[in-house]
Amino acid sequence: MGDPIILDHDKAATAGAANTMRVTIIGAGVAGLTCAHAFAQRGAQVTVIERKNGSGQGCSWYAGGMLAPWCERESAEPLVAELGFESLDYWRREVPNVPAEGSLVLAQARDLPDLKRFSRRTEGFDWIDGARLGELEPDLDGRFGQGLFFPTEAHLEPRKALAALTGRLVNEYGVTFRYQSDVASEVYDAADASAALDDEADVVLDCRGLAARDVLPDLRGVKGEMLVLYSTEISLKRPVRMLHPRIPVYIVPRGDGHFMIGATSVENDERGRVTGRALLELLSAAYALHPAFGEAEVVEIGADVRPAFPDNLPRIRRHGRTIRVNGFYRHGFLLAPALARRAAELAFDGTHFPEVMDEDRREW
Amino acid sequence: MDAMTSTTATADPVEFYGTRVTSRLLLGTAQYPSPAILAEAIRASAAEIVTVSLRRESGVARSGQSFWQLIRDLGVKVLPNTAGCKTVKEAVTTAEMARELFDTPWIKLEVIGEDDTLQPDVFGLVEAAKILTRDGFQVFPYTTEDLIVADKLLSAGCEVLMPWGAPIGSGRGLNNPYGLRSMRAHFPRVPLVVDAGVGVPSHAAAAMELGYDAVLLNTAVAKAGDPVKMARAFALAIEAGREGFRADPMETRDMAAPSTPVMGQAHFG
Repeated sequence: MGDPIILDHDKAATAGAANTMRVTIIGAGVAGLTCAHAFAQRGAQVTVIERKNGSGQGCSWYAGGMLAPWCERESAEPLVAELGFESLDYWRREVPNVPAEGSLVLAQARDLPDLKRFSRRTEGFDWIDGARLGELEPDLDGRFGQGLFFPTEAHLEPRKALAALTGRLVNEYGVTFRYQSDVASEVYDAADASAALDDEADVVLDCRGLAARDVLPDLRGVKGEMLVLYSTEISLKRPVRMLHPRIPVYIVPRGDGHFMIGATSVENDERGRVTGRALLELLSAAYALHPAFGEAEVVEIGADVRPAFPDNLPRIRRHGRTIRVNGFYRHGFLLAPALARRAAELAFDGTHFPEVMDEDRREW
Repeated sequence: MDAMTSTTATADPVEFYGTRVTSRLLLGTAQYPSPAILAEAIRASAAEIVTVSLRRESGVARSGQSFWQLIRDLGVKVLPNTAGCKTVKEAVTTAEMARELFDTPWIKLEVIGEDDTLQPDVFGLVEAAKILTRDGFQVFPYTTEDLIVADKLLSAGCEVLMPWGAPIGSGRGLNNPYGLRSMRAHFPRVPLVVDAGVGVPSHAAAAMELGYDAVLLNTAVAKAGDPVKMARAFALAIEAGREGFRADPMETRDMAAPSTPVMGQAHFG
């Protein structure tokens, strides 16, 4: 079993608080921010260092923000759903505007076998007919004969949620943010990053996502492409997944006529480049959901790379005083709060979480 | 593997362009829940050849490296494919990239004619096969069961033919057993692989019972609820089908033929 991280009281005393754990978090994406919250809630003095000039501007910027553990259960391991339920509660509790309107899964008539398969692989839904769909989403009335409705799921706007969380961290917990600030490369390279940051922190949390590949060699990138459309001709209350044999697409209402359409999943690690094929597939799915999307304005197209381990499951790894939280794959918002709580319990209480911690305990 | 199956297997290898393999299952690597499950499925299937799609994962500047490295680390022979290519030029370019990346002359050649059926464009296929074999490639063409096309692919230099069972990803099995049987009869010495459309293990067994040399599949395993278990099920079915074919099955008849003698039975009046 692991040990809690023992504070260096001499250093802590000079910092003015004998029993305050000083934590430096590298990365202000969804992983870093939820960790900052979890550690600050336990009384730690937290500093967040971020290369970019604001919170949530890496991978998290392009996230769909669906809090849909049941839907993810279709293709993900049961663990993702388990952690997802915890995170769903977290977001509903901690940030404003997280509508729990459920989510819908639909398919064109020719892809109905995929809908049946989806229903076999998960739970927590009702089969609905076209009339019920029309009650839930009036603009989709008469467009689909059947579908799946997951009433307990929710969604959020990732950019607003992370801005709200950052505000709370600063105002309620006194967390310090150092944007446009890079940590020296020797810190990244060190197996134990805290050694290099020894004067500043008792614990270093490495939440860098794919950038941590230098110290996490089994991490790989999975590219995702997305776009944002604007239309006043259609409104949706909840995310809709359109099943398709090649690429399941989701359409997430962001309010004020904006819709996020995502996301591809390609086994490569190039950032930024959006291909014509990806746009074609994403737009086709949106258009199949409702022709109004054919007339919608394209507000944004984007792509980034998700960090993933070979089993597509998240990990917490501890190397001395450094704790690395990574590998959220397609499930950043769905996993981050649950992992952050575990990381804090690992640091404060020495709790071991076998479901997200490797058996390898060289440094323990 | 027990002694009996391993003896059978070693006595019955199949050869593609001079490379001998024991397993008659060729497995695709797309659409698995995770690379870890893919690796486990390949191990469970005992497949020695896996296909890898280049087009989807390539991007620019070789950014798909980590996935390809995962595949290479499995220690299996890689058959890169030109999945999704719709023109001769695209297919040839993709093949050239594949040769460089995987250091192999093998290429599974797909030239897709139409999006809804993913039916091969056989005209483009023959043309691309000519170009690639001239350029030193060893081409595994994804084709239909059309005999004339097959003949032209052989003339183009292909030494393996891979007719479809049914449209890619449809899981319908062998749509045209007559056509496949006829192809087997026309080309008794060419390695023939049923590629695409296979949904359940019995489809693969049926292909092997027709005398096909191997079966190539992807979705049926990748999209199964338990891909690892399904990979093993296909390996067993393919071995069963092959053994059944080699055992020279009985002929079918229109009338019942009692398996115990009827002559000389006691007569109860």
